[in-house]
Amino acid sequence: MLLEVEGLCVNYGHIEAIRDISFSVAEGEITTLIGANGAGKTTTLKTISGLRKVREGRIVFDGKDITNVPPFERVKLGISQSPEGRGIFPGMTVRENLDMGAYARRDRKTAAYREDFDRVYQLFPRLQERVSQTAGTLSGGEQQMLAMGRALMARPRLVLLDEPSMGLAPRLIQQIFSIIAEIKAQGTTVLLVEQNAAQALRRADQAHVLETGEIVRSGTGEELSGDEAVKAAYLGGDV
Amino acid sequence: MRRPGLPAIPMPDAMRGKPAKIVGLAVLVVFLYALPLLDLPILTTPDSDFAGVLYTMATYVLVALGLNIVIGYAGLLDLGYVGFYAIGAYVTAVLGVQHGHWPYLLTIPAAVAVTMLSGVILGAPTLRVRGDYLAIVTLGFGEIIRLSAKNSDWLGGARGIQNVPKPPSIHLFDVPHLKWENGTVLVDVTNKTQAFVFGFVDYVPYYWMALTVVFIVLIADVLIKSSRVGRAWEATREDEDVAEVMGVPTFRYKLLAFAMGAFVGGLSGAISAAGANFIYPDSYQITVSVIFVAAVVIGGQGNRWGVMLGAALVVYLPERFRGLEEYRILMFGIALMLLATFRPQGLLPPRVTRRAKALERDLEELETGDEAQEVRS
Repeated sequence: MLLEVEGLCVNYGHIEAIRDISFSVAEGEITTLIGANGAGKTTTLKTISGLRKVREGRIVFDGKDITNVPPFERVKLGISQSPEGRGIFPGMTVRENLDMGAYARRDRKTAAYREDFDRVYQLFPRLQERVSQTAGTLSGGEQQMLAMGRALMARPRLVLLDEPSMGLAPRLIQQIFSIIAEIKAQGTTVLLVEQNAAQALRRADQAHVLETGEIVRSGTGEELSGDEAVKAAYLGGDV
Repeated sequence: MRRPGLPAIPMPDAMRGKPAKIVGLAVLVVFLYALPLLDLPILTTPDSDFAGVLYTMATYVLVALGLNIVIGYAGLLDLGYVGFYAIGAYVTAVLGVQHGHWPYLLTIPAAVAVTMLSGVILGAPTLRVRGDYLAIVTLGFGEIIRLSAKNSDWLGGARGIQNVPKPPSIHLFDVPHLKWENGTVLVDVTNKTQAFVFGFVDYVPYYWMALTVVFIVLIADVLIKSSRVGRAWEATREDEDVAEVMGVPTFRYKLLAFAMGAFVGGLSGAISAAGANFIYPDSYQITVSVIFVAAVVIGGQGNRWGVMLGAALVVYLPERFRGLEEYRILMFGIALMLLATFRPQGLLPPRVTRRAKALERDLEELETGDEAQEVRS
């Protein structure tokens, strides 16, 4: 297992945001966490990337306990994140944003680094068109692409995607999800948090349903797509 | 494409390999050094010693460069910057006269080191709080420094410290000033500046010293801003959490910004002490901090040329119009209000804002262009 989360509890003050969550992410797969607003999906991701303090439990990445490793060190270990609400640097250009994604890398003067730019431009041709544009002036979809591309610039082993489809038009959502499949095909493990359960389950190898801070159901994407309770709660009855 | 009405701004990054611009910059540098000797009719300050005003302007420009690192680059609102300025001046005075006989030039590294250390001591616990809280804590810091000096006999109490040491004088040559009379220019041989003698009357050598330090700090600023450190600051300012998950140790970089800001603040304090003869706690009031922040905001936080201009103006304008007496503060206030209304990003906004505006303009042109085409077809 590339990532193992064991008995994770996280608090905001006295309020429990997530309670005793355990799951694992296998290398080369897409694992997804689905659930409603406030279920604790984003908190889980932020805890894995290190932005939230763990009250109890532990996080193991590639056999190493990273529970108390600061977030900027986790990037070097191979975890990068496309944050909630895109979280691009609005005042920087597209290129500068992508460059920030590679901040932790030490090979920024090499061909490998340039190749990664090309790889991002291949996945997101729109970004290449807008390479010198200020990121704050991009459309919502383009900002999402930028956030994902920037996360890939770290050359991560595991990429955390926080609601990449949020606020996007249906056609764009399709496109984003096929890009996520492509990221997986290129060998990067994906942990995806989504409200768009139908799409997420279709692409996911493993899936977990979060409800008020707890995992209530787990299975393969296919299994959960067929699960009656999941259908009723998250897929609007029929897919 | 250059828009009319915008002043041409000297920018070293853009002038590599452009001889005309390099010559232009050299002329500007020579002009700045010669400014107190030229005594230009409109530019000069009729009611106060022009060289003295220029000297104060240069120390404020230095302050603005330092504070710009903290506010403009790292995005940390520091309202107690005068504390660093005071520490720099006090270390020079304490080592040079109050409790030692260090030569002035040796007190400077000590002043800078102590100020930097105080920046780290202040920053380490407080940089964990964000935004407004940081402003309040730093505001307190500035006052603590002033009140500590005021209530400590060891630091001279409220009377301060007299006879602050001066830089060593080396008399090499004399330079005459110019004299303007009824439209004619005369070389005034009775009014000569002794280069480089740091005395009590002629402030020209002090101005030259401060200006030289400004240039050195400016070069360092250009190098740091364009480095990895500069990008880390920019990311931290725009979104701290995201910067952290990009691999930027944000706390360390904020502390570094604080320490470097303190370094420059202490340096300018020490430079200002040289010409001041004596220093006392109440010259480091909270209002001085406010003026420092005003200089940075007026000029355009994040743009080094802007904040330098802002600092020069907040010193120069009240001195230039000293003849208006109490009204000059009113005029200054009105000028600030006009500025806040019409140029909220400062006189010279940072490149981010400039870039966004350029883009907006391009889009507008594109749209109007399309319309024009539609009309034609």
